[in-house]
Amino acid sequence: MSLTLTAMSDSAVTSGQQQWSGSGPPPRPSRGPYISAITNRTTNLGIRGAMLFSVGVFLALVLNLLQVQRNVTLFPPDVISSIFSSAWWVPPCCGTASAIIGLLYPCIDSRLGEPHKFKREWSSVMRCVAVFVGINHASAKVDFANNVQLSLTLAALSIGLWWTFDRSRSGFGLGVSIALLATLATQLLVYNGVFHYQGLQYTSPDFLYIRSWLPCIFFAGVITMGNIGRQLALYEYKFIQEKTHQD
Amino acid sequence: MTLREQLREKISAAFYRHGLLCASYPVPIILFTSASILTCCYPLLRLPLPGTGPVEFTTGVRDYSVPSHEPQGDLGERPDWYRGPPVAYIQQVLVKAAVSPWDSSLVTVDVFRSPLSRAFSLLEEIRNHVHSDSSGIRSLETLCLQVTGLFPGLRRMQSVLPEHGCLLVSPGNYWQNQRELFDSDPDLLKTIQKHEPKGLHTSATLRDLLFGVPGKYTGVSHYNRKRVVTYTITLVLSSYDARFLGSLRARLKQLHPSANCSLRDDHMVHVHFKEEIGIAELIPLVTTYIILFAYIYFSTRKIDMVKSKWGLALAAVVTVLSSLLMSVGLCTLFGLTPTLNGGEIFPYLVVVIGLENVLVLTKSVVSTPVDLEVKLRIAQGLSNESWSIMKNMATELCIILIGYFTLVPAIQEFCLFAVVGLVSDFFLQMFFFTTVLSIDIRRMELADLNRRLPAEAGLPPPKPGPLRPREVPPPPRPSPHTITLQTPAFRNLRLPKRLRVVYFLARTRLAQRIIMVGTVIWIGILVYTDPAGIRTYLAAQVSEQSPLGDPGGGGLPPHLGVAPVFRGGDPTSTLSIHPAPDPTPLPENQSQGHHGSARAGPLPQAPPAVPQITWGAEDEEGWRRLSFRHWPSLFSYYNITLAKRYISILPVIPVTVHVSPQEAIETRHPQDTRHPPPPIPKVSADLQTDLTLYKVAALGLAAGVLLVLLLFCLYRVLCPRNYGQNGVAHGRRRRGDLPCDDYGYSPPVSEISPLLLRGHSMDIECLASDGMLLASCCLAGQIRVWDAQTERHNIDLFQCFDKCLGSEEEDSYPLRHRTAPARPTLFTDQPDLTPLIDTNFTSQPPSHLSTPPREGFDFGGLVERAYIEHEPPSNSTYPSPSSERASTAGTQATADWESSVWAMELRGNLIAAGRSSGKLELWDAVEGSLRCSNEDGVSGITALAFLNNRIVAARLNGSLDFFTVEINKPLCLLQYRGAPGRGSMPPSPCYSSEDVISCQLTRSVQCAHQKPITVLRAAAGRVVTGSQDHTVRIYRLEDSCCLFTLQGHSGGITAIYIDQTMVLASGGQDGAICLWDVLTGSRVSHVYGHRGDVTSLVCTTSCVISSGLDDLICIWDRSTGIKLYSIQQEVGCGASLGVISESLLVTGGQGCVSFWDLNFGDLLQTVYLGQSSDGQGVRQLLVLDNAAIVCDFGSELSLVYVPSVLEKLD
Repeated sequence: MSLTLTAMSDSAVTSGQQQWSGSGPPPRPSRGPYISAITNRTTNLGIRGAMLFSVGVFLALVLNLLQVQRNVTLFPPDVISSIFSSAWWVPPCCGTASAIIGLLYPCIDSRLGEPHKFKREWSSVMRCVAVFVGINHASAKVDFANNVQLSLTLAALSIGLWWTFDRSRSGFGLGVSIALLATLATQLLVYNGVFHYQGLQYTSPDFLYIRSWLPCIFFAGVITMGNIGRQLALYEYKFIQEKTHQD
Repeated sequence: MTLREQLREKISAAFYRHGLLCASYPVPIILFTSASILTCCYPLLRLPLPGTGPVEFTTGVRDYSVPSHEPQGDLGERPDWYRGPPVAYIQQVLVKAAVSPWDSSLVTVDVFRSPLSRAFSLLEEIRNHVHSDSSGIRSLETLCLQVTGLFPGLRRMQSVLPEHGCLLVSPGNYWQNQRELFDSDPDLLKTIQKHEPKGLHTSATLRDLLFGVPGKYTGVSHYNRKRVVTYTITLVLSSYDARFLGSLRARLKQLHPSANCSLRDDHMVHVHFKEEIGIAELIPLVTTYIILFAYIYFSTRKIDMVKSKWGLALAAVVTVLSSLLMSVGLCTLFGLTPTLNGGEIFPYLVVVIGLENVLVLTKSVVSTPVDLEVKLRIAQGLSNESWSIMKNMATELCIILIGYFTLVPAIQEFCLFAVVGLVSDFFLQMFFFTTVLSIDIRRMELADLNRRLPAEAGLPPPKPGPLRPREVPPPPRPSPHTITLQTPAFRNLRLPKRLRVVYFLARTRLAQRIIMVGTVIWIGILVYTDPAGIRTYLAAQVSEQSPLGDPGGGGLPPHLGVAPVFRGGDPTSTLSIHPAPDPTPLPENQSQGHHGSARAGPLPQAPPAVPQITWGAEDEEGWRRLSFRHWPSLFSYYNITLAKRYISILPVIPVTVHVSPQEAIETRHPQDTRHPPPPIPKVSADLQTDLTLYKVAALGLAAGVLLVLLLFCLYRVLCPRNYGQNGVAHGRRRRGDLPCDDYGYSPPVSEISPLLLRGHSMDIECLASDGMLLASCCLAGQIRVWDAQTERHNIDLFQCFDKCLGSEEEDSYPLRHRTAPARPTLFTDQPDLTPLIDTNFTSQPPSHLSTPPREGFDFGGLVERAYIEHEPPSNSTYPSPSSERASTAGTQATADWESSVWAMELRGNLIAAGRSSGKLELWDAVEGSLRCSNEDGVSGITALAFLNNRIVAARLNGSLDFFTVEINKPLCLLQYRGAPGRGSMPPSPCYSSEDVISCQLTRSVQCAHQKPITVLRAAAGRVVTGSQDHTVRIYRLEDSCCLFTLQGHSGGITAIYIDQTMVLASGGQDGAICLWDVLTGSRVSHVYGHRGDVTSLVCTTSCVISSGLDDLICIWDRSTGIKLYSIQQEVGCGASLGVISESLLVTGGQGCVSFWDLNFGDLLQTVYLGQSSDGQGVRQLLVLDNAAIVCDFGSELSLVYVPSVLEKLD
């Protein structure tokens, strides 16, 4: 019982943290009457941020559920409430983080002066998101022999994700650094006992298990979110370009 | 490296041959692939169908032994889940109890109070039953399933469900199994009802769980006509002990014998439950599927330039899906039973396999040269992409192989599926998809051929007839210049999507129907679940009223009556006398007494008074009537899952209890008698119930009628009568003439009326405008200048013979006749037009003057008036120049006859005209005088550009001449314009008539191109030329220096666009469109958009618009080169394009111009230029500054103002 609860809570928290990526509704290019709104740089930034935020929140909830599923029985009477069983601040956190990352990627691209040209289309982004959800799914559903195996498999999968959909050095660097930072932050939070759940705390094997896949999932999430952010920025880029032409 | 090259070559060659094969024998190959798909999918038939319903398996009780875990050899019909012990054994004790004989002094509560009270004694009996034999003493405690606690979320059930100890469920649980609580409960039904969930419920409720029979069969209600109460005591056993159960059965039977019961007790049923998908699983699953569909959508959206987009997208999806099925089928064939949840891994498999190859193949094939044979195109496309396809395939296989070595079983299995899926997908791509693609390409070519043929053949005279069979002639119009919308069929094509959805909804009345169906279903559910007990009430009513109901135990539901037939007939007479089985001596004989008394009653005499307890076949397996979630939900309350496990249900133990009326009265609660009598007591006469029913019906009817009337009134008040017709604003148009589409919707018509500018006698060849003036030149060599701002007057430039053609000088006819003989020589290079011109010349001028156009806007009259107004001053100012002009014209006549105007440009008030003889002339547009001419070149001028004070002329021989216009202004300073961009120029003429204008050749670039220059454009200080030699050149205007030669087209250049922002787009005969960077000369993007020539190109700030010979208008994103959408126009539509504002595109068609919304690609409006529907095509189209459009329309010019556009621009 207590084990279930612990696992639920920790998986909820951690999964909530890592899942800043996602598909969400594919944002269609808004043209015509919205052109003026889109061309406005700050408005555009706001729209993109909001989009990324909602995507992050959505994925956090969904993937949280995926993690919860590992530990619940068949007919939990309160499944709906278990969606929100993680701390209330976890989905907003994921949303914010995803918005930041999604905006950071195109920004860094433009700063470095090497625009990302590799597979810039929505179908590729969708594929990336699907693979990311798949990695989460695998980490939640597949039983591994030990944590090292889990870590290695997930690491290979994440690197594969990066190679398939990103292939930019800046993306890799940013992904690794953010993943490390986020893992560190989670660990600190846990050790400081922030994650109490009805008086229960992590037991050390639980946390070892979580620590084994957390960085990889973080990395994959960062890559996915960056992918979405870049794709969204592509629209803004186009409109900005047009605007300069107009001027 | 060489090895790689060799490999590459070999692969390419193999793919080429394969492509040829596929394209040559499409039908056999498709048949072959379908056959192989079906063969590979055949093993799938053996897989169980997905579904969550429980599966049953029946075994005998006598030789029952717990099945072993290991699969045995003699499985036979045994299902594979029947292994190991079950989760639990279910033993139900089915109790049917009744107060008998029924006494009229009893109240309705007595029907169930005392029978229910018997449950407590039965429970006691069961709990205390002990079986002892040689192997020891066994009681229920040792055998039953011990539960340790309710699921934490079920605190509210704590009081009802057992929390510790044996899982033993009975109605007594409502009262904590304590008789005292039961006896002191004033309202039993309320207690029972208290725990029921509110609202609609589909799964097992607590009442079902405790009673063990569906609520409606329990008989615990006020309306129980049968007066028999049924419930079960459910024992959940963890282990099976035949002897204990046997003794319990015997004991209970002994205590409460069921006389006419012949239930079979030799079969036990094992029920296997599948895994149910809860919401927690469902949400991620749905999410992955949504992502999958988004992926498929975005992928297939890229399929382009094919005959049927949908068909190919379908083929792509079919390819992927059937490869998955094939992989599963193959894996099962080779004994790999899938243990993974298919639904879960399926999206990931699709994503791994992907649609990329299919898209790459399509793109590659489509971009092969169009003029090749289909076979060769397919083969070429395949071989072009062969290397990358093979490389991708190898990479994916490698990745999957790596995954296989993770040694995690689930991942290994996934990888295995993926490998087989990949291979079968490759197979299907190569055979199935390629073949489908070849068929599609062939169809497209056929369609092309069909379309192209009439368009080319029908260009000369027989234009009106077969040219546009599709176009329905517009309806007769009262005035020649009405705006006519397209016929509905065509309009549907380009309606915005949301409108189309709305129309669809409106047409099919979908919303209403859905609401209707929803209501019906809702009512059905209401009736079925019966939350308010209406049905029981009605049933009670009916049975009360029917004369057949009461005698003979009429309360028997029909299915109960049928049951005995199956039973073999013994209990057919439900009135059979209880045989008084006077049981053998009982060990503990507590219930002996009332047994006797119960049976003592004279049963047959008073049929309605004696409730009959019957046992039918449906009681044998009463649990079947329960919801199939009954057992899973019971177990889930104790945190036990039944998913993928099974339970064994033992045969029920029937117990019949008869309670004497005295006992029933004794067990009464004091409040029972005070309980309000049931709503319809026996005293209520039939008449009264009838009346009630009729009253209710009448009231309902009245309410319904009232409601309908009210709604009708509301409708009449709120909706105007002319709803959907907007004929009010346009008074002069009859309502019947309003253009409506299929749905009776007529879009708002803004007043767009074309003005026809008549005056030319022949087809207009060139059009030029500088915003203020408009110059047109017809085949006859006549140039007319119009004031584009007001159209109040026009001035004809009379060149030589043209003078006589002027609309106002009748005395010049002789002149025309004089020059007439020389005419044919003019058109030597255009022989097919000569006869036309001959006839026209003899007949037209008189008719033109004597019979002015009868209807419509009589521009001729206006023109004449304007002329009369203008003539006197001009006559006074320069009478002599005009005569001089006439004379010079006369002298030039012969020279000019041999040359026609091929190109014309207008800047300020100077008209530059390039002639076929190579002569460049500068005319004064206001006065109509020739200011200067230059005859340095001999080759015909095909194109002109007039920018600043420079004129660039492109000649037929490929040379490019740069002229400088020198103006010697004696009085004031020269006033040159800055860069003349559209919209920025001041409309003041900058050359006055006193200036001496000279035109000098500053530089001539011989052999600028090897072949004739077809297009010449100038903007932003650059001159761009396109030629038939496939190249584009960029010159600087100031020093006529060639900056770049742009190569990239594989056909002659047909269209060029350059604007102030230095964006250069070029289109060629190969259907390709290139975007160039003028500053660096590099190619920005290169797209294939058209089959056949690109006829014109326009750019806006965000997109590039191109039209081609294939009647397609494509809109491209300017920065990425991605095609946004394309508009299929009618056959033979003109190729002229113009952009009015950022979002408004105008195209010229056959006798009409169409306005399109660029953002959505919607047709906004079509304006017909003339009254004849078969007007000539609009070949040239100019957009003026004031949002007017000028286009040529045969021999007339048409000016269309777009007032709505002006609003948009502001």
